[in-house]
Amino acid sequence: MQPNDPILKLRDVQVHFPVKTGVFKRVTGHVRAVDGVDLDVRRGEVLGLVGESGCGKTTLGKAILQLVRATQGTVTYSGEDGETELTSLDDAGLFRFRKRLQIVFQDPHSSLNPAFTIFGSLEDPLRHYGVKTREERRKIVGDLLEAVNMRRESMDRYPHEFSGGQRQRIGIARALSIEPELIVCDEAVSALDVSIQAQVLQLLMALKREKNLTYVFITHDLSVTEYLCDRIAVMYLGKIVELCDAEDLYANTLHPYSEALLSAIPVADLDKKSRRIVLQGDVPSPVNPPSGCPFHPRCRYAVDRCKTEVPELRRFKSAKGEHMAACHLIDQPLAE
Amino acid sequence: MTDANATRPRTRRDAQFDKIRDREAALAGTRQRTGRFMSKFLNNRLAVMGFVIFAVICLMSLFAPLIAQHDPMSPNLRAIAKPPSAEHWFGTDKTGRDVFARVLYGGRISILVGLGSALLSAIIGVIIGVYSGYVGGWLDWIAMRISEIFMSFPQIILVLLLVAILGQSLLNLIVIFTLTGWGGIYRMARARMLSIREEEYVQALRSFGLGPARIAYKHMLPNALGPIMVNITLSTAAFILQEAGLSFLGLGVPLSIPTWGNILNAAQDLRVLEQNWWIWLPVGATISLFVLSVNFIGDGLRDATDPSQQG
Repeated sequence: MQPNDPILKLRDVQVHFPVKTGVFKRVTGHVRAVDGVDLDVRRGEVLGLVGESGCGKTTLGKAILQLVRATQGTVTYSGEDGETELTSLDDAGLFRFRKRLQIVFQDPHSSLNPAFTIFGSLEDPLRHYGVKTREERRKIVGDLLEAVNMRRESMDRYPHEFSGGQRQRIGIARALSIEPELIVCDEAVSALDVSIQAQVLQLLMALKREKNLTYVFITHDLSVTEYLCDRIAVMYLGKIVELCDAEDLYANTLHPYSEALLSAIPVADLDKKSRRIVLQGDVPSPVNPPSGCPFHPRCRYAVDRCKTEVPELRRFKSAKGEHMAACHLIDQPLAE
Repeated sequence: MTDANATRPRTRRDAQFDKIRDREAALAGTRQRTGRFMSKFLNNRLAVMGFVIFAVICLMSLFAPLIAQHDPMSPNLRAIAKPPSAEHWFGTDKTGRDVFARVLYGGRISILVGLGSALLSAIIGVIIGVYSGYVGGWLDWIAMRISEIFMSFPQIILVLLLVAILGQSLLNLIVIFTLTGWGGIYRMARARMLSIREEEYVQALRSFGLGPARIAYKHMLPNALGPIMVNITLSTAAFILQEAGLSFLGLGVPLSIPTWGNILNAAQDLRVLEQNWWIWLPVGATISLFVLSVNFIGDGLRDATDPSQQG
């Protein structure tokens, strides 16, 4: 297994939720939360998944973990025992792979069960994965808490006794408890204030080095991705519009949507005049996405072709390997 | 520090702080769930008071043959409707039966019916509601329709049916109360589960691959318990009163057997109500006290199971 081999392959993943209306709950349409995503996650990397609210980032994260089942397409996990298509497995079959993939949630206030002590919340998964004695479980939970810079004794306290940052670290400890290979961080630091964010991010990076983890980092905060990610995928309306090396995204932005997103990062430099691109209007409804390129109603470069033809994710030349973008207006794609 | 403490008169708060400090010192490091639960419950004065009253009434009913000197069923024609005296503590009723003995013996049946049906319907409602609320889908749909059928069926017709088929009995009452009563608790449990289901810790448990029964009953149920407890206490009270009503109509427990409801029904007679207060007042007060104590216990249990409240 090479370090850069894909650990996850997503092929044409779609998650559509039916919209039911009226007395008889007729299905009148679908929310296309994730609408055809192709993506490889490489072993050992930090893949950033950015986009504005409602673009399907979280749903995609949950689809990776099979918390939400993809309505179409495949998620393939490859490990030491070859490739496995997670989307075709039932709950019993998934059991083996649950251990490899874990998730850290956004809201530190609802991510821990208020009725249990920290030990109570963390021990049940351990027991489920075959740690039989209570002493062993206490030892493991204590070690986990120390790994996230908390005191061992905290395990006998209740969640409401902790601050948001502490709870988030407990959430990370829980995700680590069964030694996963890949962790989906769903807006893991968005609910924390900036000083705590930095602390949690540093912890995440230290844990990554120590335990050889792979992260899929879902966020809407581009300054976080810049600090953290190896590669970044920009999502818009359930589709990936740009996928490239992190530095490349900032140095050589291709897609007009990414350009607008990046221009929104505040710069702490009074002399530097940043050219702010303000997007008009809201994100279109994913129930009824625009024809052609989903971004064309808000794109300042849009031409007639954008309204009719859906752009493919094409490969472009870059200093850092590949740079993918889905836009008609970019020249010189690399030949396949 | 010591000066300030010496000059200031000690207040109740000081005593409470001392108690908390002592307890923290004693429990440092070894905080266990049961200990915390008990200490929180015991710190709640109303709940402890409720529990004491509850226990006294239950024990007195249980040991009624040892406490009461008279037979609750046999009339004494020489002492009809006599006011309270040393011989008859609560007086006698219109057929000369000792009211005190009747209240004690009546408690046996009334508590059994009230608490028994409340607990039984809670158990059924919680078992169905918690699971179907979490899993959803067709199971939830079926459970919902069944509960609607039971809740929309007039109770009195069910009672008539069972009495006609099986005759009057205590068991019938409990069965009927349970059948008509579980729907309320089921709906409450289900509604709580629907909102808890979206919490992220439930998602986290799912991502570990834990089974639905384990997630629903072990991890989610404790968070839904508060309103369920309150509902159990309220329905206990309601069932005791319903038993009284049905017995009066001759559909519940046979009138010859003393129950709180049967005794209270004597007050339907205006003459009794005006002149023989001792026939209905003691039993009315007992019912109120019992219901109140059960409510206090329910409240105490609710607070004790709420982890965000310190004991």
